[in-house]
Amino acid sequence: MNEIIESVKNLSIGFNSQKGKQISILRNVSTNIKKGETVGIVGESGSGKSTLALAMMGYIKQGLFPLKGECLFKSEDLLKMSSRQLEKIRGRKIAMIPQNAGQALTPNLKIGYQIDEALRLHTDLNKTERDKKISELLNKVRLPSPETMAFRYPHELSGGQQQRVAVAMALAGKPDLLLLDEPTTGLDVTTQAHVLELLRFIAKDTGTSMIYVSHDLGAIAQVSDRIVVMYAGEIVLEGPARKILKEPIHPYTYGLLKSIPKLSLAGLPASMPGSQPQPGSINEGCSFYDRCNLATDHCKKNSPDLEHIKELDTNVRCFNHKELINQNNNLQTSITKKSNNSEAKEVLKLKDVSISYAKQKFFDQLLNKISDQNPTVKDINIDIKKGETIALVGESGSGKSTILKSIAGLLKTKDGQIKFENDRILSSDLKMRNSNDLRAIQLIFQNPDESLNPNHTVEQILSQPLKLYFNLSGEELKKNIIDLLKKVRLGEFYMSRYPRQLSGGEKQRVAVARAFAAKPDIILCDEVTSALDVSVQAAVLNLLQQLKEDLGTTYVFVSHDLAVVRAISDRVAVLYQGRLCEIGPSQNVYKFPSHPYTEVLLGAVLEPDPDIKPKLVAEDIVEEKPPEKGCSFQGRCPRKIGNICNSEVPPWQIGENGNAIRCHINIEELASLQQ
Amino acid sequence: MESNLITEDKQKNKLEKAFEILKTMASKPSGLIGLTIVLFHVILALISPYIAPYDYKAISPNTMLLAPSAEHWFGTDSLGRDVFTRTILGGRTALTVTFFGSLIALLWGGLLGIFCGLVGGKIDDVVMRVVDAFLSIPWILAMLLIVSLLGTSTEVLIPALGFFYGKGIVRVARAATHDVIAKDFIVSARARGHSNMSIIWNEIIPNVRDAILVEGAMRWSWMLLGFSSLSFLGFGVSPPTPDWGLMISNARGLMSFAYWSVIAPIVGLSSLIIGINLTADAFAKALGIDRSTKAPV
Repeated sequence: MNEIIESVKNLSIGFNSQKGKQISILRNVSTNIKKGETVGIVGESGSGKSTLALAMMGYIKQGLFPLKGECLFKSEDLLKMSSRQLEKIRGRKIAMIPQNAGQALTPNLKIGYQIDEALRLHTDLNKTERDKKISELLNKVRLPSPETMAFRYPHELSGGQQQRVAVAMALAGKPDLLLLDEPTTGLDVTTQAHVLELLRFIAKDTGTSMIYVSHDLGAIAQVSDRIVVMYAGEIVLEGPARKILKEPIHPYTYGLLKSIPKLSLAGLPASMPGSQPQPGSINEGCSFYDRCNLATDHCKKNSPDLEHIKELDTNVRCFNHKELINQNNNLQTSITKKSNNSEAKEVLKLKDVSISYAKQKFFDQLLNKISDQNPTVKDINIDIKKGETIALVGESGSGKSTILKSIAGLLKTKDGQIKFENDRILSSDLKMRNSNDLRAIQLIFQNPDESLNPNHTVEQILSQPLKLYFNLSGEELKKNIIDLLKKVRLGEFYMSRYPRQLSGGEKQRVAVARAFAAKPDIILCDEVTSALDVSVQAAVLNLLQQLKEDLGTTYVFVSHDLAVVRAISDRVAVLYQGRLCEIGPSQNVYKFPSHPYTEVLLGAVLEPDPDIKPKLVAEDIVEEKPPEKGCSFQGRCPRKIGNICNSEVPPWQIGENGNAIRCHINIEELASLQQ
Repeated sequence: MESNLITEDKQKNKLEKAFEILKTMASKPSGLIGLTIVLFHVILALISPYIAPYDYKAISPNTMLLAPSAEHWFGTDSLGRDVFTRTILGGRTALTVTFFGSLIALLWGGLLGIFCGLVGGKIDDVVMRVVDAFLSIPWILAMLLIVSLLGTSTEVLIPALGFFYGKGIVRVARAATHDVIAKDFIVSARARGHSNMSIIWNEIIPNVRDAILVEGAMRWSWMLLGFSSLSFLGFGVSPPTPDWGLMISNARGLMSFAYWSVIAPIVGLSSLIIGINLTADAFAKALGIDRSTKAPV
């Protein structure tokens, strides 16, 4: 069990900058992987975690090269091997599971053929043995009906199933070491929980060592025995998973854990100031110095070494770690947010809204109507009060973004009305809306890389809405832009920057500023934090909350992350397949009784705590279309009671906790079932 | 906290940016050669009237078809005119006509393509079918028709060439626009209620400009060939104006014994086309539009 299969010794990897300077991305990294052990490598984007993981299979990205150190796999240095030798090791000894299996599988070859290819390369089995092995592998990764699955194409599978196929392919060569690069990042919460469970099972069953790379401490907590925390290309903390997550003794890990929103906690998580230093910008001192609240003058001049703490079995790179040893009860702090006043006026009303993506037939096109009996989004009734944050939650395909788009006027509704202030109906056609209505509703997008024009400076980006709605120009325009930047805590000098010169968090701040430039009444937030790192996410959430308290804006917040939703929202609406399942005050949606779908979602949430395991109640199948009649969740419901679920739309029931649930099961019965 | 990468990369004004691109282009041998050739031709076209040793239209029965000599560097043609004089002057019309022709092609092709890409739907369908229909007409026949109806003046040639070479640019501009309009910043501008014109001008053009410019540069070299073909057929510039296409046409019958009068214009024409092609490629690379990206492994 204690046999070391791969060890990294003093590894530094870097590149030459345009000015000829040598810049390292990894600095002096040393670690060991034992047989049968799962090691989680965690860090924010740019911390060097993927570079380290890839180096462990002897792969170095183009443009980078090893500066010093070695990667010993069974006492052979992978970095010195020829590509011939590496070919023999990759797949047979070390296999990799990529982040996006959908892109890693060849789209025009059948699943079975692709696995067969891996078997032909890495084993010496003959045709019949291989065929048997294929269905054995598909069975092992728990894909339904393995015999027919082999004859399917990748696009016929869901994201979770594709990831399982990738796992099967990686297992084909019976590797000793499995490398997983963010294997569940693009998946839905329920699917993610299932895939992690599978990985844990495989690790135990086959005794394979795994290296699990992720930015998500929740996922890491579920699979790892040992955790390596990376920051700015260095290992800052390394030790047993439980110790790292429960008693982090490095200020970065401590802050990171604190900035993760948790289900058990109302209110916003504390945010960490600043961002990770760019490679090459650290000359002396501790790389975390700028963001550390334990930092002393000593840390500025001297960089700490990795120090072994015997009683915790942990390596830590910090001079002041002792101050953190007994502080760990504070991990559960949060900033309480002001609750809004419930007497406020309604500002936006969705009444029986249905939206269809169906293509119009020619005849319907002439009459300008949409005839679709089973629209993507159906019968949505939500009243939104002024100053409230309402969250729309659901997995991909739940129609949450679709609803957001139709509020913004980007998608036409099929039926129903969207009413704005004093019951005035908003046209579903963007061109028919007047300038004031357009100004009143603003959007913030998920990915700031795509929502900011790469060829505009921040000044140009922010001047667009100011010019359009307020006709500002000259000095006044400039003054307004500076004010906006100040509001989102960015300095005046950001005006001349291009988006590519900003970090992810800064970009999203600019996007927030652009939305607020219009002085809107309602801001629609579409997964605004899911493209950001955890510590940055907390800062953006705090900023949004602060701006709301100052300006009285109403948010419609779309997210798949229940913990984030819990942190920011006043009210939550849970959607499945474009139908509302449950709606209520956010502190109560997380209390039972709740809709069976909410229960499934809550069960699948991954907390950065090895003691809280996800509950897997429903199958992670993916439904492509909502059912024609009956309850929208009938296909996956673990509490389905019979035919009534298939034939009749369930009634709304209001529980004693104040949230409305749409289910055939009597609400008291539901409460006792979920105890 | 500031990072070093940002402070190094200060905002540059447009002139500096253009200079930077030129510098990048010249940093590779192929780009440097291309730029040199194009620059040479442009300068030659500008100064040739002042350095030409003879009168380009002076016919002399005494100096017919003389071989190259110290007096007549490239020899003389069948009418006794100095080939060197006519060669250095021969690019002037071609360069002017095709330069302005390309500008017109870029302008209408680019704008129409962007517009179609943005609005989509029926307008896009109809316009693109019309463009396809025009693509199916052999351009040289259509050009011959236009020229025989309206004459061969540059006022006719420039817009006619510009029109025929713009069709291809429509497609490129439309495709480039399609790549951009799916991005959220366009959705965001739409949701704010910007007009189509404002979206095209502010959001799309800065992002498709590079692709269209590169395509325009490539079209320029094709147009040069097209224009010379017209002259060769006798429908370009009219004699006695010196022009490479016309010179090749006049001299090709005598090629077997007076090769010099045909080689000089051929070298002039092909070197310019190669130069423009190399420059366009280097331009594309300098802008980051590299069509030969290698696989990462």
